[in-house]
Amino acid sequence: MGPVLAGVLQLLALIAALALVHRPLGDYMARVYSSDKHWRVEKWIYKGIGANPATEMRWPAYLRGVLAFSAAGVLFLYLLQRIQGVLPGSLGFASIDPDQAFNTAASFVSNTNWQSYYGEQAMGHVVQTAGLAVQNFVSAAVGMAVAVALVRGFARSRTGDLGNFWSDMVRGVTRILLPLSVVAAIVLVACGAIQNFSGIHEVGQFFNGHSMGGAQEWNGGAVASQEAIKELGTNGGGYFNANSAHPFENPTPFTNLFEIFLLLVIPFTLTRTFGVMVGSVKQGYALLATMATIWVGFVALMMWTEFAHRGPAFEIAGGALEGKEVRFGVGASSIFAVSTTLTSTGAVDSFHSSFTGLGGGIAMLGMMLGEIAPGGVGSGLYGILIMAIIAVFIAGLMVGRTPEYLGKKIGTREIKLAALYILITPTLVLVFTAAAMALPTPGNSMTNSGAHGFSEILYAYTSGANNNGSAFAGLNADTQWFNTTIGLAMLLGRFLPMVFVLALAGSLAEQKPVPVTAGTLRTEKPLFTGLLVGAILIITGLTYFPALALGPLAEGLAA
Amino acid sequence: MNNSVINTARLFAAGLRALLVLTVVTGILYPLVVTGVAQGLFDSKANGSDIKDHTGQVVGSSLIGQAYNLPLKEGQETPEPDLKWFQGRPQNGLGTNSVNTQYKLILSGATNRSGDNEELIQWIKDAKAAVVKDNSTADYKVKPSDVPADAVTSSGSGLDPDISPQYADLQVHRIAEKNGLSVEQVQKLVDEHTEGRTLGFIGEPRVNVLELNIALKELLAES
Repeated sequence: MGPVLAGVLQLLALIAALALVHRPLGDYMARVYSSDKHWRVEKWIYKGIGANPATEMRWPAYLRGVLAFSAAGVLFLYLLQRIQGVLPGSLGFASIDPDQAFNTAASFVSNTNWQSYYGEQAMGHVVQTAGLAVQNFVSAAVGMAVAVALVRGFARSRTGDLGNFWSDMVRGVTRILLPLSVVAAIVLVACGAIQNFSGIHEVGQFFNGHSMGGAQEWNGGAVASQEAIKELGTNGGGYFNANSAHPFENPTPFTNLFEIFLLLVIPFTLTRTFGVMVGSVKQGYALLATMATIWVGFVALMMWTEFAHRGPAFEIAGGALEGKEVRFGVGASSIFAVSTTLTSTGAVDSFHSSFTGLGGGIAMLGMMLGEIAPGGVGSGLYGILIMAIIAVFIAGLMVGRTPEYLGKKIGTREIKLAALYILITPTLVLVFTAAAMALPTPGNSMTNSGAHGFSEILYAYTSGANNNGSAFAGLNADTQWFNTTIGLAMLLGRFLPMVFVLALAGSLAEQKPVPVTAGTLRTEKPLFTGLLVGAILIITGLTYFPALALGPLAEGLAA
Repeated sequence: MNNSVINTARLFAAGLRALLVLTVVTGILYPLVVTGVAQGLFDSKANGSDIKDHTGQVVGSSLIGQAYNLPLKEGQETPEPDLKWFQGRPQNGLGTNSVNTQYKLILSGATNRSGDNEELIQWIKDAKAAVVKDNSTADYKVKPSDVPADAVTSSGSGLDPDISPQYADLQVHRIAEKNGLSVEQVQKLVDEHTEGRTLGFIGEPRVNVLELNIALKELLAES
């Protein structure tokens, strides 16, 4: 069997596994967010918070909950890093500098997990497990809560109530993320991912008086438990600098495929949850088909360009294996790269900066789509719902009819909110990139020159503002400029869209439903899926084409 | 005004309490439970899959690649490869610890060089020439087109424990010559340590260099 066929078979296996869990997990998550019953553990948690989980919230109250909880997260994580030097169990690591601590706190709370630090030489056990891993859970649960609030906006009528933020967020952790993570972490350990609290290992071997082989130096850690939620919550912040390329995070070809499955499973499955909650699973399948079309298309393109290995260095080497691990190979690395950039994960099992010029461009374009195919946990669902609103609006303009989606009128207020949503991230990406290029010093952080150097910076802001977190890691991002601006891009790119999503949800929930007539656009049909794919690609293409032409396209076409 | 400040403070306090409670659940209980299960059921794997040589000495983690180099001579900056042993992939992406100097920790990572990067092109050319030269023996000539890509490129982690079976095969004649073994003996060793794709289609075929060299060490000790 050749590597191309093996790559295709791995893709098919992944699709089969995702299809297998789609219904049961999707239905389960719908029950989680619809049930009136509270588990005993959850009651204790609500008591600790001092919140009544039965209180219905209108959108401003829901938003205040999101913001207050996230602000507490940023502050707590910032302080934890600043006092690391005096914390026990920190392996002797020093406290993190203010600009880097801000960047990291913003990064993990916004579900981005951009890392301007090197895991194995900066973060000890306490910050990793009680700081970073906690945000891996709760930032994902916040994303799901906001998505569920928007779904309720479609499902409910003549009320402004969107549910209770505390209850949605806590249930996301206790009933979805935590149980799945425990299982996933144990599978990973069984395959070789490490899980301990030991210190620094220095082992070597000597033979006949001289050294046979070098020594190894590595630190222990609660890696498997963090790896599980890192993928499942589409977070992506690695325990080690090499992220999921590190053998302790991703030891075998099987764990590699398993990790890709983990990072895709919730975002894809939430379309089922959505379908169940709005009372039409077909509407969910239409969104699923849109996501899947883009994802499979991108994987095919990525495999094609990586196996073709155009580019001087790769042609001399005889393959695009720079930055890729032998156990995964080109095929599985391509699937991982596309899946991590089309979700908001940003974990990497191979280094995107050393992909072919076009391969790097595909990774970047994946993020620029706005993390919707299938996107981050929660953020992918609300992202694609916004695009669906834009698509029905475009269709409405074509036939001269007031657009509707799921029985709700898309009026001036709704379309304004949707338009603001899709303008935020491009504005952040393009303005910050332009500023970094115009100023004299940020360019010093580039490892490569020319088109690829520009790509490093464009990639960084694209990754930050879209809450992805992967990198063209040649860029030295640990400078005050990048720590601060990427930190701001991550926070604004996460929370401003949430403001518009929740405002939209509130406005939809207040409407009375519009009856379906012969003139209603059938949004559960393949025609609409085609329209939606087209709208997504055209809007993103028009926004980013000039920037892409200066970076990856210039590099890819020159090769 | 005063009221809204108080309300904001109350809300923030609720957020902070929620965070602390969930920190206990996901940041303390969860990793401890997983560690407990992991140490109970898979203690060797949870602690890094240590591998021992035939003398019983722990020589490292079988998942982490080691460089097989000669000791640095005076005035040398980069050590020469110890050609008695199977060589792994280049490790140009590895960094040195610059922050926590209390320990000699290796920093995992990739080179992050692009396909048109001059430095990367030079590294690959040099590596290819070295592989051809080092592995050609009196009666076995390596052609540049025989050299597989993994032999001349650095991995993502810099710690790749594996090489492709092609690169292992390429080194067989050299290993046999340097250690006074027959080509058949060494080829048999490589074949025994070649692992195919998982279930026939997951990942790529590979040879674990550390395990192979441990087996070679054992063979040398026997003969």
